[in-house]
Amino acid sequence: MSTTEVAATRYTTYMTDKIGPLPFCPGCGHHMIIKSLDKALVKLQLDPKKVVIVTDIGCIGLSDRYFTTNAFHGLHGRSITYACGLKLARPELTVITLKGDGGCGIGGTHLLNVARRNIGITLIVGNNFNYGMTGGQHSVTTPTDGVTSTTPWGNVEGPMDLCGTAVAAGASWVYRATMFDKDLADVMARAIEQPGFAMLDVWELCTAYYSPRNRLKKADLLELIKSYGLEVGLLADKPRPEYSVHYREAYEAGKSVIKRKIPIEKEYGNSVEKQTGIVIAGSAGQKIKSTATLFAEASMLSGLEATQKDDYPITVMTGHSLAEVIVSPDRIEYTAIESPDYFLVISEDGLKRARPRIEGLPETCTLYADESLELPETKAKVVRLPWAETAKKIDRLSVAVVALATVLQDTGLFPVEAFASAISKFQKAKIAEINVKAAEAGAKLAVG
Amino acid sequence: MGREFLEGNEAIARGCMKAKCDFFAGYPITPASSILHYMLELVPQAGGTAIQAEDEIASMGFCIAAAMAGRKVMTATSGPGISLYSENVGLAQMGETPMVIVNIQRQGPATGSATKGAEGDIQFTRWITSGGLPVIALSPATVAEAYELTYRAFNLAEQYRTPVFVLANKEIGVTKESVDLDAIELPPLVERKKVGRDQEYLPHRFERLTEVPAMSDFGGEHIARYTTSTHDKTAYLTTKPEVIQEMIDHYAAKIDAAADEIALVKEDFQDGADVLIISYGIISRSAIVAVKRARARGAKISSLVLQTLWPVPEKAIKSAMNGIRKIIVPEMNMGQYRLEIERLAPDGVAVVGVGKMNTSLVSPAEIERIGGLL
Repeated sequence: MSTTEVAATRYTTYMTDKIGPLPFCPGCGHHMIIKSLDKALVKLQLDPKKVVIVTDIGCIGLSDRYFTTNAFHGLHGRSITYACGLKLARPELTVITLKGDGGCGIGGTHLLNVARRNIGITLIVGNNFNYGMTGGQHSVTTPTDGVTSTTPWGNVEGPMDLCGTAVAAGASWVYRATMFDKDLADVMARAIEQPGFAMLDVWELCTAYYSPRNRLKKADLLELIKSYGLEVGLLADKPRPEYSVHYREAYEAGKSVIKRKIPIEKEYGNSVEKQTGIVIAGSAGQKIKSTATLFAEASMLSGLEATQKDDYPITVMTGHSLAEVIVSPDRIEYTAIESPDYFLVISEDGLKRARPRIEGLPETCTLYADESLELPETKAKVVRLPWAETAKKIDRLSVAVVALATVLQDTGLFPVEAFASAISKFQKAKIAEINVKAAEAGAKLAVG
Repeated sequence: MGREFLEGNEAIARGCMKAKCDFFAGYPITPASSILHYMLELVPQAGGTAIQAEDEIASMGFCIAAAMAGRKVMTATSGPGISLYSENVGLAQMGETPMVIVNIQRQGPATGSATKGAEGDIQFTRWITSGGLPVIALSPATVAEAYELTYRAFNLAEQYRTPVFVLANKEIGVTKESVDLDAIELPPLVERKKVGRDQEYLPHRFERLTEVPAMSDFGGEHIARYTTSTHDKTAYLTTKPEVIQEMIDHYAAKIDAAADEIALVKEDFQDGADVLIISYGIISRSAIVAVKRARARGAKISSLVLQTLWPVPEKAIKSAMNGIRKIIVPEMNMGQYRLEIERLAPDGVAVVGVGKMNTSLVSPAEIERIGGLL
């Protein structure tokens, strides 16, 4: 297509009559909303391929297919999520969501969050105070005392101020209108032009249910708004960066901190001839998991295969923390440890959690425990060590390093130097310095 | 990159990026949260967008729409989140949306045990949504397979224009293993089949029921349409029973007819074996140990490990059943996949389930004992 032809293209409508007239009841406000949206699009002369009308369930959700633009019709109350997905995927698109007051109820969280995030979609609400499609049930905007199929004695619930809610959630552009506003199309065009999130709440009549049941006519709409002490017109106009723009800026500003990964190559030897299971039981906050990982990485530096399976409660800094590490010269299948070779107990929390297992340990297992702990009867060979005391002199958070270093020195599975090397490679310099000291101190405790 | 010590969740994120994923939305949930963390770091580095949504419903909504706008998308959650995904999964199936859904299964029902593993969502995944269309689901057993099968899940999603599930488990997601991801052989990346610029676009065009329609992105070369309502090939609402039936048949046929192509299994058959263990996921590793020990005692026993759970790899399962008199099915649930094996087992073949749901792994010893191998 040549440039001159493009310039000559002028869209006179964005609607099609291919599938017949609009499906709404006579006098229904949705007619005015849809026609105004068409006029707004004509005013803006947008490429229909770059416009998406997004709807969900409810009478107004029937309208997307009458447009010649792209159309996305999704689940009840979720149109905002699809609109956001489209806009995040292709920020250059104009994405317009048509939604009812019912959809604003079921999808209330999406309204709050799109406003808060400032994703640049336009939300037009056809607000007619009830569910027209399913038989006139009450919605989140039904006035108190309003009669609907589900409020036969009058609504005892209070109505939600959609605009007020959007403003409170941080929406950058909010406007309350009625279906009878002469400038509705112009207002819609302004809403669509906003780079950030824009919401237009259009109060209207449902001529099938709400209006006849409650004798609500044109003149009563403005009265109703006034009776709530609410305003019509522009309620928020506070532009701020649109989400995708902000997202990219934040990434560009922060990307320099991205850490590159280091591969683990064999640097040390080992004496492991068969699959060997090590359990370390301590308290959450004692760095059990991360230290077990360093131990496993050290075994890999020594040419071994490793797995690590953890056991911990949902809380983070309290309760037990157990790690099961398997090291092996060959591929490891079963990742739990059926019969541990070495069992380390560092704290009371760990002991409490591991007690039944400790009681069942075989004589082939060595149980290493902090000297402060009262151990149950066990067949395992018991070695008691002043781990907590030793760690306290360096840093109490290094107790797991102290403990695993003792066991390495005692068993000779692989060199303590490999453990120190893993610490230096994978931990931040400051912490590594402390932990290398802890590994040296732990190794000295070994009885041999 | 070389050898690393990685958890399954990181391998999933890396497999996803290897498949050129450029959109992710998810909501925090133990034990899947670290996938969200990895993706929020990795996706923008590849020029894409990753977002923590307000809930699981929004995660799915964002992903479905982004996929239809041309992105390669993934989301990840665990059992409670999958429950909330359910309605949108139906939408994705009906709209023929390519996407990958990761489930790091945990002990359920409901909140269950957040930090404990289970594989209780196997049949739930098959029948995940109203309408009951077939699904594709892959089940990794190791950290390496978490990487490989996530990558393959993207290929299947593109090839069949459908959501594809990666059914992992806390026991893989947050268990670490020594692994070299670069050493894993991967098939070439499947590109999305697109409608040519000058061709007319029907969102659901097919001649044969099994044909997978070519796509055009929202915002691309054509006017695109998508709908949650029963529709025809143009994605316009229809109420004609014959058209509705044709579409339903199409959604099912394109997956059912490809069952053999989608089937991924690992066979370890022994001549003269009359016992077979059929397993999948983390418990297949217990099964492998049980088989090894039984053979060491002189028993003849075969193993079939399923990496594809849905559609059921029937051909592979039936052929593994040749000459078999007893089949042991160990699972981290109360016998969900055993139902499929019982359906396929010839008369007179005993199917023995070894299942539990108490947050601990089914051990090799339990398979040996309950399976009658000792």
